[in-house]
Amino acid sequence: MEESAVRDARQGAVRYRLRGDRLLGPLMLAPAIVYIVALVGLPLLLAIYLSLSNATTGSQTLGYVGLTNFFRAIDSTIFRSALTNTFIFTFVSEILVIVLGNILALTLQQKFVGRAVMRFLILLPWAAPFALGAIGWKWMFDSLYSVVNWMLRAVHILGPRDFPQWLGVPTLAMAAIITVHVWRMLPFSAVVLLAGLTSIPQEVLDAADVDGAGFFQRLFHILLPMLLPIITVAVLFGTIFTFTDLSLVYILTGGGPFNSTHVLSSWAFQVGIIAGAGSADRPRAGAAPARRATRGRRRTPARSPRSGCSCSSRSACF
Amino acid sequence: MSLELRRTLGRGALYLSAVCFTFFAAFPFVWMGITTFKRILDLYNIHNNPFLFNLPPTLENLQLLFQGTMFTRWVANTAFVGALVVIITMLIAVPAGYSLARLARGWGQQLGIAIFLTYLVPPSLLFIPLSRVVSGVGLQDSFWSLVLVYPSFTIPFCTWLLMGFFKSIPGELEEAAMVDGCNRLGALRRIVLPISAAGLLTVVIFAFTLSIQEFVYALTFISPSAQKTVSVGVPTDLIRGDVYYWGSLMAGALIASIPVAALYSLFLDRFVSGLTAGAFK
Repeated sequence: MEESAVRDARQGAVRYRLRGDRLLGPLMLAPAIVYIVALVGLPLLLAIYLSLSNATTGSQTLGYVGLTNFFRAIDSTIFRSALTNTFIFTFVSEILVIVLGNILALTLQQKFVGRAVMRFLILLPWAAPFALGAIGWKWMFDSLYSVVNWMLRAVHILGPRDFPQWLGVPTLAMAAIITVHVWRMLPFSAVVLLAGLTSIPQEVLDAADVDGAGFFQRLFHILLPMLLPIITVAVLFGTIFTFTDLSLVYILTGGGPFNSTHVLSSWAFQVGIIAGAGSADRPRAGAAPARRATRGRRRTPARSPRSGCSCSSRSACF
Repeated sequence: MSLELRRTLGRGALYLSAVCFTFFAAFPFVWMGITTFKRILDLYNIHNNPFLFNLPPTLENLQLLFQGTMFTRWVANTAFVGALVVIITMLIAVPAGYSLARLARGWGQQLGIAIFLTYLVPPSLLFIPLSRVVSGVGLQDSFWSLVLVYPSFTIPFCTWLLMGFFKSIPGELEEAAMVDGCNRLGALRRIVLPISAAGLLTVVIFAFTLSIQEFVYALTFISPSAQKTVSVGVPTDLIRGDVYYWGSLMAGALIASIPVAALYSLFLDRFVSGLTAGAFK
């Protein structure tokens, strides 16, 4: 009797406190919602509206023009090739990443000498800032001094006078971009898949062993189906990153030989920010007034209190 | 095929796979390291073996990096922006994650997923309207624009991660505290935060590395060298017109990558488990 009375009082106390939380919940959530709406939601709506308007960089007014920009974009051959490139890069990279990622995850699951070191080294491509990894690859694919070509020549896959232009020929450039995409995404997907692999209960694997399943049977009939939700997560992330990535193409090829390796986002950057005018597949914006003001500033040597003029004494300041 | 043979072949395939993947992943960084210390004449010679130091190694690339560019300034900017973004993110995401985990019956899960999905809205779509917003607020050409904009992608992700972490803490602990006289915020402060310290640290590291790696916004919003972050400064300022200062480029890339990689490898297990927790529901 007494215990139930105490228990009721206690639950009543908790419930009383919990009722006051009804206001607290949304209140704690509000700043996050405000930030997201203000800096993601509203710009998204602005992007949609700009794509339906005739704003250009430098114009102060927006006029509604319907779908003109979209028709103009579809007419542009570079836009169409950028669209195809985006799909090709994403699709091929994702397939390679999933297949290789699975192999890598299976490898990392086993115990062997040097596994800890390998885990650290495998992470490097994902951890390094994307732009800096791309710069490293740009040097590796250099037109004359490419170490990739040198190594291929050294093992006689290439002849002594072969210098394949990895960044200068359209098909090779696409292969190069896909390679760097895969290089960068592989650690992430391997780690995610490894997490999935380690969560598969041991009883299932033991039962498979008892039933005499071979390595490949176990792989295709048990592991992959059970990993499907994890694979979906990895594919979702990877696809979105690759589909919308701008920095890799911008740094590696700048759009490639004759604009042939542009993807949608790098083409949008080229037209919208660098060129600052003209028809585009993405809305232009008033970014250029700000950039034009600073472009004039760039022509004068950069002065800093410490080093004086840092660049004009070395080479042409642009 | 005998068991012994099969086992040896399997072991061999394992080591082969390990070596190949490690080589593929790490070789660019090894190459960056070698290039850093090579003289330019040594680099620009087709007939040289690129792995040998045909001319003696030099520190002149590092000298150019540290004295001829604003590299140290960029590193300072990057660290400063990263720290501020982490503080802002934690101040906003921790209450939001807690609220979604505990205080939102029913609609909490859906709202959490919706918030996470805003992380997937790509910077390459938002950079144009955001550059208009940034110039409207007068923050163009300053790294403060990054402090304003970066939380727009760190907050959604960190809120979702934190929601997962807080859900994994049993609710009875807080209820016991509240019976003993705490209100909800007190329970949060005294009970939940100390327990989830490791998870909080993981989210801090993740937000920090996300803001260090970011490229598109920094490239779009900032042009003066003194305001750049390292991720933008190295590829843009070390390429002057037609001339690529490869040695210094590689040095800058390597120096900026290693600390991030070290941080990641320490905390990897935790945020992968946070990331994949949603997949197993």
